[in-house]
Amino acid sequence: MSRHRNVRSMVDEYDDDEDVYGHSVEEDYSISPTDASQWIYDRARGQNSMSAFLANNEDIVEEEDEEAENEKFAKSRRDSENFQMPSLNDFDQAKLMSCMEEVRNVIGDEVVSDRVIVELSMKFNFEIAKVLDEILNECSSSKESPPVDRQTKSIVPPPLPPTVKITSVPVPVTVTTNTTNTVPAAKLFAQQKSPISSGRNTPEPQSLLDANSTPSEETVKTYKVTKEQAQRDAKQIFQTERGDGKAHFQMICIGHVDAGKSTLMGHLLVDMGNVSQKTMHKYEQESKKIGKQSFMYAWVLDETGEERARGITMDVGSSRIVTKSKIITLLDAPGHKDFIPNMISGATQADVALLVIDATRGEFESGFESGGQTREHAILVRSLGVNQLGVVINKLDTVNWSEDRFNEIVGKLKTFLKQAGYKESDVTYIPCSGLTGENLTKPSTEPQLVNWYKGPYLLEVIDNFKIPERAINRPFRMSVSDLFKGTGSGVCVNGRIDTGILCVNDKVLVGPNREQAQVKNISIDEIPQNNAFSGDQVSVMLIGMDQNNVNVGHLVYDPQFPVPTTTKFQARVLVFNVKVPITMGFPVILHYQSLVEPATITKLTAQIHKGTGEVLKKKPRYLENNSCALLEIETTKPICIEKYGDFKELGRFMLRVGGVTIAAGVVTKIR
Amino acid sequence: MKLVYRNIDKNNDGVVVLVAEESEDMWHAYNLISEGDQVKSTTIRKVQNESATGSSTSSRIRTTLKILVESIHFDIQACALRLKGKNIEENQYVKMGAYHTLDLELNRKFELFKTEWDTISLERIELACDPSQNADVAAVIMQEGLAQVCLITASMTLMRSKIEMSIPKKRKGFVQQHEKGVVKFYEAVMQGILRHVNFDVVKCVIIASPGFVKDQFFEYINQQAFKNDIKILLEHKSKFILIHSSSGFKHSLREVLQDPAIISRISETKALGEVKALEQFYTTLQCEPSKAFYGFNHVQKAADALAIETLLISDHLFRAPDVALRKQYISLVDRVRNAGGNVRLFSSIHVSGEQLTQLTGVAAVLRFPMPELEDDDECIDNSDSD
Repeated sequence: MSRHRNVRSMVDEYDDDEDVYGHSVEEDYSISPTDASQWIYDRARGQNSMSAFLANNEDIVEEEDEEAENEKFAKSRRDSENFQMPSLNDFDQAKLMSCMEEVRNVIGDEVVSDRVIVELSMKFNFEIAKVLDEILNECSSSKESPPVDRQTKSIVPPPLPPTVKITSVPVPVTVTTNTTNTVPAAKLFAQQKSPISSGRNTPEPQSLLDANSTPSEETVKTYKVTKEQAQRDAKQIFQTERGDGKAHFQMICIGHVDAGKSTLMGHLLVDMGNVSQKTMHKYEQESKKIGKQSFMYAWVLDETGEERARGITMDVGSSRIVTKSKIITLLDAPGHKDFIPNMISGATQADVALLVIDATRGEFESGFESGGQTREHAILVRSLGVNQLGVVINKLDTVNWSEDRFNEIVGKLKTFLKQAGYKESDVTYIPCSGLTGENLTKPSTEPQLVNWYKGPYLLEVIDNFKIPERAINRPFRMSVSDLFKGTGSGVCVNGRIDTGILCVNDKVLVGPNREQAQVKNISIDEIPQNNAFSGDQVSVMLIGMDQNNVNVGHLVYDPQFPVPTTTKFQARVLVFNVKVPITMGFPVILHYQSLVEPATITKLTAQIHKGTGEVLKKKPRYLENNSCALLEIETTKPICIEKYGDFKELGRFMLRVGGVTIAAGVVTKIR
Repeated sequence: MKLVYRNIDKNNDGVVVLVAEESEDMWHAYNLISEGDQVKSTTIRKVQNESATGSSTSSRIRTTLKILVESIHFDIQACALRLKGKNIEENQYVKMGAYHTLDLELNRKFELFKTEWDTISLERIELACDPSQNADVAAVIMQEGLAQVCLITASMTLMRSKIEMSIPKKRKGFVQQHEKGVVKFYEAVMQGILRHVNFDVVKCVIIASPGFVKDQFFEYINQQAFKNDIKILLEHKSKFILIHSSSGFKHSLREVLQDPAIISRISETKALGEVKALEQFYTTLQCEPSKAFYGFNHVQKAADALAIETLLISDHLFRAPDVALRKQYISLVDRVRNAGGNVRLFSSIHVSGEQLTQLTGVAAVLRFPMPELEDDDECIDNSDSD
């Protein structure tokens, strides 16, 4: 019988899943009386205002500072822990105790260690007034000297330019400096808040805005980094490591589909001796076998079976060459319309571009007229911040190296490129042939060409590109363009360092989730490095994070200066040729660095004048071709994005719809 | 949906008895029922009984309850509709005024009482009960590393599964990793299709992607079907259609539905009509901006001038909890109809409907240009101003 009852009650219990009434939450979460008296505000105990309670409750701050290094503080703490009370008779013991208590009452805890008080008490024969006098004198003198001393010692590592000085003040150190003082902690907390929350070079208003936009999380949370990471001088490391070496830069090869980009790059690599003869022979045989011998050079960069079978590049291929004065990473972009997203992700990594034009009759025209990629690529690359362009007039051998044809094409391109915003002095035109290799790595020997062409050959042009200024002194940022499983436990991310410096063992944050990770190793072109600098194409092994939390397009950044994370931002855009006008609610695809993310235009704030930027119309109903506007964009998932004002390299983006680029813009405000 | 009984008097007060037959009907029911309506349906209620000795037993009892709806919750993924409200009819087990949540079930009739049946609701019943409207299409929108398996029914686009994978890009000398990643991704998408697509119901399966992903994927499916003898795929091979899309995101579905190959296959469905109508609106806005307007204020003024040729309106507006607001939109629709205009009700869970919802939810193509509206800055909807 009893067994039955048991079963029944069990069933009842199981069944009884209604809400529990008459039962308060507190009963579930108990708190011990001591904890309660320390942490919970109790009006009954005569603490008549909440703020007074908070101000008194200094411990709240103290806890966070534990890890910070402060030798003096640490020492004093150790002192009191290990300190043994002197053996005294009962009477003296009692005197000492009362004396210590008095002293503590006056000056508060934590300021001086037990040892000091005891020693002084003994010295002054338990006269409270004298002991206090001594302690306070000592305190005020120490208050002046140590912080100053620390400032000079730690914050000024070898000469730094003034801007960096501000940014590289390590947050943890500031905090501990403050706690040694006797100023009420609550006040201190308010003071130190600004360096933490702003977290960047931008001054106050921005930081406030940030703090508002991410209310709960990062305003209070600081990410700890090692002292070395916080204080190193990027410029100096750069000078010592790279000062005398060859400069690096990235070059992207763009142009209409079948203009011969891959073949040109492939042939260049072969001529530079980067591809072994054996491999080349293999490619030649294999391509002959499937009847596409003209693709043999393209196969150097088009490695996947799919690409070779179809004879088109699908993803950006990269490879590296070394010239007289520079080391260049060649990026071979796909020309096909459907792969423009890949091309954009490649172009965001490039410093200069090589525009390849097919000189064959009819081909140039079809690539250049509307619907061809020549225009779109050139405009895209320009809007992504590339301003030096080499224009390769390829396949000139098919028109017998005709000068007229060359001039005709150059003439048409000149007007177009000028409209697109390229300076004439930054554009060079080179006639050549990717397949025969004429005029690539050495001056041409082709009599028909030599007759009229006296200019430089391709490699010379590449060698003469000016290297853009690198933002080495800015906080570290890198966008992930590729991601794969590395050997061992870590996650390997590929990408280009946009700003700053990255060293092995650095702590970094990844993506909008602010996932923390550590750099296990860095390699450039399969060669392990200790440091990498802005502009480098690196692959980084990260440990201590989940691979699922990092994705292509995410940013990797410095924990001291986190990137704002948002789903909504304001931008200034230039609208290209669009088939349908842009209205609010327009679904677009946002291309930002390597990130491709669906987004919606939520608001058209104003239509502005292209040149002057003055507002032409507030809240326009729609945006038409070639207009300039301020608008708001909302993404479905949170993304990391920087304002153009803060990071020129990271403030640009593209909007595309239905396979057409409809607008390019810069981020003006992050919500 | 099946209409069992209908009794609506000339004051538009009355009752309708309906039976939901498939998941899509829940969506219709969601659009029909608004707060303040009364719903009667069979449900399960847990009842506690106390015996004379004080011991209590609880048991589940199926009973019929009539509630005054206070809040409505619709789960799009599960197509479940839950109505919460107070009991208003005497019942053996449940006291008057006690709260109950009705879970509408498939194939069980429910009675819906409204004090005022408007044209939109009546139309909705008609639409829901029209069997010819049924045209289920499955669509897989994909690009390398991202795929979405969607079901498109007459008034819903349901995303059944989303496959997101990071595929290593090609790197010098490490092509295998890329190719391995691609195969893994295709496998996942294929499993998604097998799990979520009911081949007996759908008319066709659209595979849309930029580039060659769709061809590669289709080839992969065929290979796998042969290799592992997946009968269902082999049998329905002819149902697959490959279409080009510009990206693998959900809103590319709009361009997919415009593809001539699709139009010939699935003929005139609601989804298609909506896409076309929205497209027409945008073209008009491009060519003759003074003949296309959006935002309630603008459209209202155009309606006053009897200028509206086609009115595009998203059905989420009729679900507004505010009765006055709802009436406003209903009267707009009625007026446009009376003036001989065309009204297109967009389902807010289709891609085109989503876009229209973002675009204030109401737009109109006019018969004649009204340039005076264009200068009227006041009219631009300020509803979204933060």
